[in-house]
Amino acid sequence: MTSRYLFNRIGQALLVLWAAFTVSFVLLQAMPGDAILIKFQNPDLGLTPQQIAEIRAAYAADSPLWLQYVQTIGNFLSGNFGYSVQAGVPVSASLAAHLPVTLKLAAIGFLTAAILAVAIAFLSSLAPFAWLRSAIQSVPSLFISIPTFWLGIMLIQIFSFRLKLVPVINPGPWQEFILPVATLAVPISAPLAQVLVRNIDAVLTQPFITVARAKGATQGRVLWRHVAKNALLPTLTIAGVLFGELIAGAVVTETVFGLNGIGGLTERAVGTQDVAVLQAIVVLSAAAFVAINLIVDLLYPVLDPRLRTRSGATA
Amino acid sequence: MTFSADQGTPVLEVSDLKISYHGGERYHPVVHGVSFRVEPGEVVALVGESGSGKTTTAQSVIGLLPANGHVDRGTIRLNGTDISRWSDRQFDTIRGARISLVPQDPGSSLNPVKTIGAQVGEILEIHGEARGKELERRVLALLECVGLPDPELRARQYPHELSGGMRQRVLIAIAIALKPELIIADEPTSALDVTVQKRILDLIDELRAEYGTAVLLVTHDLGVAVDRADRLVVLQGGRVQEEGRASEVLAAPRSPYTRQLIADAPSLSRSAAWVTATARSSTGTAATDDVVVVEQLVQEFPRPTRGEAPFSAVDHVSFRVRRGTTHAIVGESGSGKTTTVRAVVGFQKPTSGKIEIDGTDLSTLGGETLRQFRRKIQLVYQNPYASLDPRQTIFEIVEEPLLNFGNLSRLERREKTLAILSRVGLPEALATRRAHALSGGQRQRVAIARALVLDPQVVVLDEAVSALDVTVQARILDLLDELQQDLGLTYLFVSHDLAVVRQIADTVSVLRGGRLVDEGPVAQVFDHPGSDYTRELISAIPGRKHPAFA
Amino acid sequence: MTTLDTIRSEIGADGRAGSSRRARLARLARRLPPGLALSWLILATVFLWAIAPALFTSYNPVEGVGGAQLKRPDALHLLGTDALGRDLYARIVYGAVHSLTGAFVAVGLGLIVGTTLGVIAGSVGRRLDDAIMRIVDVLLSIPPLLLSLSIIILLGFGTVNAAIAVGLTSVAGFARLARSEVVRVRRSDYVEAAFGSGGTFRAVLWRHVLPNSLTSVIAIAALHFGSAVLQISTLGFLGYGAPPPTPEWGLLIAEGRNYISTAWWLTTAPGFVVVLVVLAANRVSQSFGKVTS
Repeated sequence: MTSRYLFNRIGQALLVLWAAFTVSFVLLQAMPGDAILIKFQNPDLGLTPQQIAEIRAAYAADSPLWLQYVQTIGNFLSGNFGYSVQAGVPVSASLAAHLPVTLKLAAIGFLTAAILAVAIAFLSSLAPFAWLRSAIQSVPSLFISIPTFWLGIMLIQIFSFRLKLVPVINPGPWQEFILPVATLAVPISAPLAQVLVRNIDAVLTQPFITVARAKGATQGRVLWRHVAKNALLPTLTIAGVLFGELIAGAVVTETVFGLNGIGGLTERAVGTQDVAVLQAIVVLSAAAFVAINLIVDLLYPVLDPRLRTRSGATA
Repeated sequence: MTFSADQGTPVLEVSDLKISYHGGERYHPVVHGVSFRVEPGEVVALVGESGSGKTTTAQSVIGLLPANGHVDRGTIRLNGTDISRWSDRQFDTIRGARISLVPQDPGSSLNPVKTIGAQVGEILEIHGEARGKELERRVLALLECVGLPDPELRARQYPHELSGGMRQRVLIAIAIALKPELIIADEPTSALDVTVQKRILDLIDELRAEYGTAVLLVTHDLGVAVDRADRLVVLQGGRVQEEGRASEVLAAPRSPYTRQLIADAPSLSRSAAWVTATARSSTGTAATDDVVVVEQLVQEFPRPTRGEAPFSAVDHVSFRVRRGTTHAIVGESGSGKTTTVRAVVGFQKPTSGKIEIDGTDLSTLGGETLRQFRRKIQLVYQNPYASLDPRQTIFEIVEEPLLNFGNLSRLERREKTLAILSRVGLPEALATRRAHALSGGQRQRVAIARALVLDPQVVVLDEAVSALDVTVQARILDLLDELQQDLGLTYLFVSHDLAVVRQIADTVSVLRGGRLVDEGPVAQVFDHPGSDYTRELISAIPGRKHPAFA
Repeated sequence: MTTLDTIRSEIGADGRAGSSRRARLARLARRLPPGLALSWLILATVFLWAIAPALFTSYNPVEGVGGAQLKRPDALHLLGTDALGRDLYARIVYGAVHSLTGAFVAVGLGLIVGTTLGVIAGSVGRRLDDAIMRIVDVLLSIPPLLLSLSIIILLGFGTVNAAIAVGLTSVAGFARLARSEVVRVRRSDYVEAAFGSGGTFRAVLWRHVLPNSLTSVIAIAALHFGSAVLQISTLGFLGYGAPPPTPEWGLLIAEGRNYISTAWWLTTAPGFVVVLVVLAANRVSQSFGKVTS
């Protein structure tokens, strides 16, 4: 990997991010007329004329669109994401307050999903009986067909109301997360497991697997020593897609369970047309997506020897 | 079993083996009662074309039949023990230790994400033969034993850093690591260049002599089998057609199928059936009527990293082809032979040099003039399956060129298409089928029909018979010969197979690394090669050691 | 030829012989897996719900029956009633049209816009290709749900707007797939052979590139149908789709949430219907993929 490649790749990532910002600006801020600002003037919000004037200045509402655009970029780069109508506080403060819950949920949810997916994938080729293998193999397609919000509700219904295993009122700090994590893990694990199952099947038909078997390697050894790495590596390429699923899952899960994270914030922002909040979330998610893909691209050659050295020996 | 063994127990004794595949509720027998034996230290070749059941038989011996494969009947005795119904767990103890495998395709037979050293060491580790420093030492010794230069470097490298020949050496190192009684070599060299093939087969021979290991050689190439095996088992359609000492089978084949196989194998057939060009051209056209003229052709490709000198795939190559003759371009992979003909048919603009087809200078063409030019020269691809649109019927495929130069009525097109189909020996009933419903040979006939429907002057055949079974290949070559004589076609025949070239070409250019190393009439180049490389190529042709080779 | 190919050709050798198209179709019908048959049945039923809901239920989906509030499932009300005394089964039947049209609009939009972009990028090439694919990269960089929420904020709430929002999120995916298929087919020997036998760009595109590359795009579109049903029900659940009292499935579940401890059927039943429809759609599209490949 040359520094030239690194440079190009980072440049490309920044370009995509800039374009994503522009898309969000066009979708959310370049609305006709003064639509956003009309909301600020709503007497229910109780903003003083001076505050409104400040907000107008912050949005550069009276200047031409291109100037608003330039100014918004400048604001975003300096960490100023505007004001939330709903909360009447800067968006950055609102995000900071809501982020920890989502991070915790997403991290545990993703980890659970990864473990679940790997378990499904390997059991689907290791399990003792053919009927069991095919049953396990059909789990991901079932998971992918369940609406996340409904799953959450069903879990509450079963575990909290029927079995009374997880309290709904005043749950402990960890208890609170059990059902949301389960809800989030299902939709995340499904695509991951599908890709893994497909990869494992593809690797198993490779001639080098036959060679490994011919050496006398047991089925288990072949799976762990030869199939695992070859099947796991390509799943890195869907990391970005999974991140998107994670965001969607968080929005829905937090809504269902009333958790006060970024997802809940997003849901309320859309409900109240709180554009500044949504734009900040969109741009930050795009940034995270771009960063994840950049890391995957840079990490891949480190993990896959085929991409490490390009020149092949001759003769 | 009719032959008498002069030793005690054979290493391998297969008797009355019947194997079938089960797909859904379908049941498909592939091997029907095959019997043969392999004595200690002996090389037995299982020879057959695709569909003969040779690979299935070999897989059953090492217990690696695909999951839907099933041994229905018969026994496979390894040193007297019947292993035909063993479980995987039982097989794990003898695979690698007592039977080992040299696979077909060295390109994908090594794990791409593990080092060579780890993959060779694994077999010692599995069978608890060595560990730690001792393991490392034995890995290096093995790599050295199979003739890999700088074994310490190789052990640290990954498969993609090695050439095909080197990878096959690594696989052989794995196969011999525990000095097994039997090595199954499943088409061990069919993916390799002919000179590399010879070196790999020599290596297997040497190691066998040294260790006294028996080898079951599975091959489609009768020449390779005759060269390397003590005895031959000829399979067709899952049945043994003939069995016996290699030289005896070759000298006096008993079954009609074996006779056919020998007659069709270009490396073994005594005389070329083709009317040679010298005979043909002397009767006809003027000596200077060159329909293809290539002068100082250079084709360069930019390298991925900027600043580096471009890679020249073809480097100042010149040749001429007289009308009505066959000119062969011969070379191993990377010789630039395909790049050369792609420039000749106008798919690629050469970096420099001149190409003239029937008096037309290709560099003057572009757009519509280039399109019109395509009537003169047509290309037939190596893989007929990939070169036929899977969604079109055979009729549509062959009719399409006529539509492109649309001056015929619907009826005239239909007549012409059906005429050319019957000319290449395809029954009219096939016209409504699609390519997937045809056999390999039939598909190649369709590709030839498509090339001929525009009445071209020159037909370029890019490895056009290489992917076909030898008996099918012979029929296609016969067809090409007939068409040439009837229609006065000029062929530019690209091939890696010198035996075929010797049989059908009038003149030949030998390419290596993009350069022309030898040229002239076929007889002259083959009998008095002008370069060491050509000599090496010729000496590597399998089967030529045999007296039957004229 | 790899070992596997050998096996395949060994199997194929006479398995292929003598099987005409019709015979194969007949065999296919006889061997139609029960799961697939059931999937077709589910989809057919739901389509009929959408077309002629009155055939399946005599209850009114939006006006409740007095005194029949929150009734458990019984013979009179197959799936029980909600807080306003509306028959849940009737609401689900009448809701089908919203979910299905939404999904059709969404998939159609994504398919048409995305495929057009992808085909242009893949066949015209160079500058335009680069430009289109960068736009696609950008669209992919925004998580789908956030993209559809942004579009909804722009367009406002409603069934059609939600469908458009969902459809636009799949444009990038379709464009990418269509382009890669076109590029794959363009590299094939048969396309080169078509040029080699004098085909013009337009003729080759029409005869070879489009038919061969669009098959798998269509198969994927079928797969998207299921996920569009899911996404639309999610937007409905969040309250951005059709407004109450429309019996949209996602909205039904959202409304049922308020009675989660007392009337379990209000959330359970519509959810099951969504799961069944999505499973069936995925199963059917999978079988498309197998036939075409």
